[in-house]
Amino acid sequence: MTFSSFLFQAINGLSSASGLFLVAAGLSLIFGVTRIVNIAHGSLYMLGTYIAYTLATKVGGGLGFWGGIVVTALLVGLLGAAIEVLLLRRIYRAPELFQLLATFALVLVFNDAALWIWGAEDLLGPRAPGLQGSIQLLGRRLPEYDIFLIFIGPFVLWLLHLGLAKTRFGRLMRAATQDREMVGALGVNQAMLFTGVFALGAMLAGFGGALQIAREPATLATDLIAIGDAFVVVVVGGMGSISGAYLAAVIIAEVKALCIGLGVVHFGGFAVNFSKLTLVAEFLVMAIVLIARPYGLLGREQVVVRSVAEPEEPIRPASSAVKIAGLVLLVVMVCLPLIAKNSPYTLVLSIDVLIAVLFATSLHFIMGPGGMHSFGHAAYFGLGTYGAALLVKWLAAPMGIALLGAPLLAAAGALLFGWFAVRLSGVYLAMLTLAFAQIVWASVFQWEELTGGSNGILGVWPSAPFDSRNAFYFLTLALAVIGVLLLRRFLFAPFGYTMRAGRDSPLRAEAIGINVKRIHWLGFAIAGAVCGVAGGLFAFAKGSISPDTIGIGRSIDGLVMVLLGGIQTLSGPIVGASVFAVLQDTIMRTTDYWRALLGGIILLLVLVFPSGIVGGFIKLVSRRKATS
Amino acid sequence: MTTARYLGSLAITGALAVSFAHGALAQDTIKIGELNSYKTQTAFLDPYKKGWEMAIEEINAKGGVLGKKLEIVSRDDGSNPGDAVRVADELVTREGVNILTGTFLSNTGLAVTEFAGKKKVFFLAAEPLTDKITWQNGNKYTFRLRTQTYSQVAMLLPDALAAKKKRWALVYPNYEYGQTAVAAFKELMKAKQPDIEFVTEQAPPLGKVDAGAVAQAIDDAKPDAIFNVLFGADFTKLVREGGTRGTFKDRTVVSVLSGEPEYLDPVKEEAPVGWIVTGYPWDKIKTPEHTAFLTAYQKKYNDYPRLGSIVGYTTMKSLAAGIAKAGSTDTDKLITAFEGLKVDGPFGPFMYRASDHQSTLGAYVGKIALENGKGTMSDFKYVDAATVLPGDAEVKKLRPAD
Repeated sequence: MTFSSFLFQAINGLSSASGLFLVAAGLSLIFGVTRIVNIAHGSLYMLGTYIAYTLATKVGGGLGFWGGIVVTALLVGLLGAAIEVLLLRRIYRAPELFQLLATFALVLVFNDAALWIWGAEDLLGPRAPGLQGSIQLLGRRLPEYDIFLIFIGPFVLWLLHLGLAKTRFGRLMRAATQDREMVGALGVNQAMLFTGVFALGAMLAGFGGALQIAREPATLATDLIAIGDAFVVVVVGGMGSISGAYLAAVIIAEVKALCIGLGVVHFGGFAVNFSKLTLVAEFLVMAIVLIARPYGLLGREQVVVRSVAEPEEPIRPASSAVKIAGLVLLVVMVCLPLIAKNSPYTLVLSIDVLIAVLFATSLHFIMGPGGMHSFGHAAYFGLGTYGAALLVKWLAAPMGIALLGAPLLAAAGALLFGWFAVRLSGVYLAMLTLAFAQIVWASVFQWEELTGGSNGILGVWPSAPFDSRNAFYFLTLALAVIGVLLLRRFLFAPFGYTMRAGRDSPLRAEAIGINVKRIHWLGFAIAGAVCGVAGGLFAFAKGSISPDTIGIGRSIDGLVMVLLGGIQTLSGPIVGASVFAVLQDTIMRTTDYWRALLGGIILLLVLVFPSGIVGGFIKLVSRRKATS
Repeated sequence: MTTARYLGSLAITGALAVSFAHGALAQDTIKIGELNSYKTQTAFLDPYKKGWEMAIEEINAKGGVLGKKLEIVSRDDGSNPGDAVRVADELVTREGVNILTGTFLSNTGLAVTEFAGKKKVFFLAAEPLTDKITWQNGNKYTFRLRTQTYSQVAMLLPDALAAKKKRWALVYPNYEYGQTAVAAFKELMKAKQPDIEFVTEQAPPLGKVDAGAVAQAIDDAKPDAIFNVLFGADFTKLVREGGTRGTFKDRTVVSVLSGEPEYLDPVKEEAPVGWIVTGYPWDKIKTPEHTAFLTAYQKKYNDYPRLGSIVGYTTMKSLAAGIAKAGSTDTDKLITAFEGLKVDGPFGPFMYRASDHQSTLGAYVGKIALENGKGTMSDFKYVDAATVLPGDAEVKKLRPAD
């Protein structure tokens, strides 16, 4: 790699950085003010690409392209405002993070809507009128549109800065980012402010998407790619910091450009293909930044938000009614092979449901009572699956040993990652766990010789006596019940109380001699180990595993299950996981547009049960009691 | 609020009721379970579904097979192996099928292959390209229709060699398909052209190519020729960025799958003329089998077929032929019937090899051309996969013992 090619790649990187920045800026603004983790931000970006494509091709010419970009930004901004007014406004009083569930449902709905409107084929827009060619630079050709992009990022950054510093709306936004309760107390109309911020954030997403149509096709996969990139940039830069987002975008884009530019490098007789590093480059950057600077490059420590939600009730041992219900359920589950004799699929599905329950309950253990929102819980699930599968594949280990290896590997991973993660809090902790999960994913994906790469490991089947469906079901049931009860036992032991004390008031907990970090760290390891058991069972239930058991999708599924059931209740994750797993299985069969239907049902549940299904029922029951 | 709550519980109850309701069991049909990643691979699988629907209609219009109509139970496989195995299990245990078909992604295809081997269910993999389905991880119960990765590369070899280029750049998606294709290309080329040099290797993540930087890195390596395995949105991005930057100018480009309408059509008038590709020039194939297929397809859907349509159509035609030859849907008889089964499809006759259960369905090899602002292929010929697949003795060594 010569110096001039290095320099040229660096310039290339700047144009990618602008694209990254535009998606991330909106997400950062929305989070800063509303504290909503808007997963649908990538979907807004995707809609931006589609709408701009339609305008550019139907209207055509310079007006269709350049005018189309402006119109697209406005339209997506309007859509953002509509989302805030019609959906999010109704659930601001829900427990923290619950809005994430609503935006997740929107991702599903928007994706299917785009498929329905624009069809399945990738749509490549026209080249930008007036900027079709390229200029000569360093003996190479640099597209004019890339030069335009290089400047548009900083320009938007400057505009945003100006807006935030000089306008009343901007000042209110900054004030709300610091203390939104105080802003409300001073008589500012919060509803308008939130709508405005959401519209602005959505507009930036739409604008960013629209700008890309000259470079890449509108496709249905854009939403998840964009949201992944945006999260990383926002967190590396520091949540709520716009300049930080730009800086982070530049760093990430440059690291990638460098990796691509280096290509294959020989160290002695050893060849390293750096271009393969782009798979995980941004997550490596994120992990390093978060370990060195816990609040991102330019972020500040998160101000504790006085929750607008109703205060969480202390957990109580189950009432006798609940105990009896649980026992009845257990009896039914034990008799299930008999009850469902004529529909063997019930057992197949039940095994999946039980594994999901174990997965969600272990996540809830650190998320709810531990207060650590892990966005990368799939890491421990995946380590469990690979722990078991690798033992079977390489050491021909018997099933018992493999199932023991699963929680051990998962707990080891949780101990390692937890050690770093418990030093952070809030959304930074969430993102660091996500980064670790992605690093595990990428390692497994890339280490073809050991893990089978993208195809995974095949031939992990249960051995006798568990090789019949009934026997494996009983094994899964037993381990799931033991796992759930064990986690419950922990919560009612002094350990659980100290863990919650550390969540609710770290300062006071430290003052009375609790080592909060160590307790949380142990909590992490326990949850990881139990999650690993779920992973081990999964490997044997499916017979083959692949890296998607560690993927972001599975982590998000876990969050959805916990939130759907109700994060503030102990039975929430059990109900949430069961409902989600059964719903998904059922709906996948009912219609071609199953994602939209699943999203729609989740939206309905979100609006009807703003504290999760179990939380909603508890409220209903207590209200009944109060009135009678 | 109470009403809303009611609606909520109704929704759940309704969903549960659906999940336990059973489809009416028709006795006079042969049920085939089909599963695929319809939600994530829509561009390919939408035409694929149209293709198989048309085939089923044709077969049933002629009275079906063995006097029974074919009935397809089609499912989304969730685009991941875990869900795919559950869906396959559902098709077998709940729908009672003993014939499975479908899948697109290599890892879901392999997971279902493994499932079929373990549960002793017949499985015809429709689209996944990975060599492992019929070789390293092959089993008695699994057959595969689509021209596999190795064959796709081997078909391009004569043209790649004829170009007589020394310095090659490689660009491929960083997952099994890309890695296998490039490994096969390197090995086959080195054997015939020992002085070949691979000057750069770019392996961007699937679906996330940073096309400007990659195109530039390829250009900087100053190759004489480029071997490309990117497809879908990655291919589209590379073509546009490489076009602006002159990466492909005066260079031979050999590219796998790029002549398939699924991938070629989105780039419209920017179709990279002169690239040597495998693909499907639907508007130019004049064989009677294909013309009949094309006419029927256009009449039914008022749209032109993509390669997915061919795969879907041929999959069901294969199953019908296999069941007819077996005279039954008994799994073992079906396997015996499929070994050596001859099928006539829109691409002409082909067969399922007894040695590795791979079909000899071929592909069209030619050059990308631009006509009426749309990409198509010129100087193409049909290459029968039988001419490039390794012999029986060789694949026997690759496959595990049954």
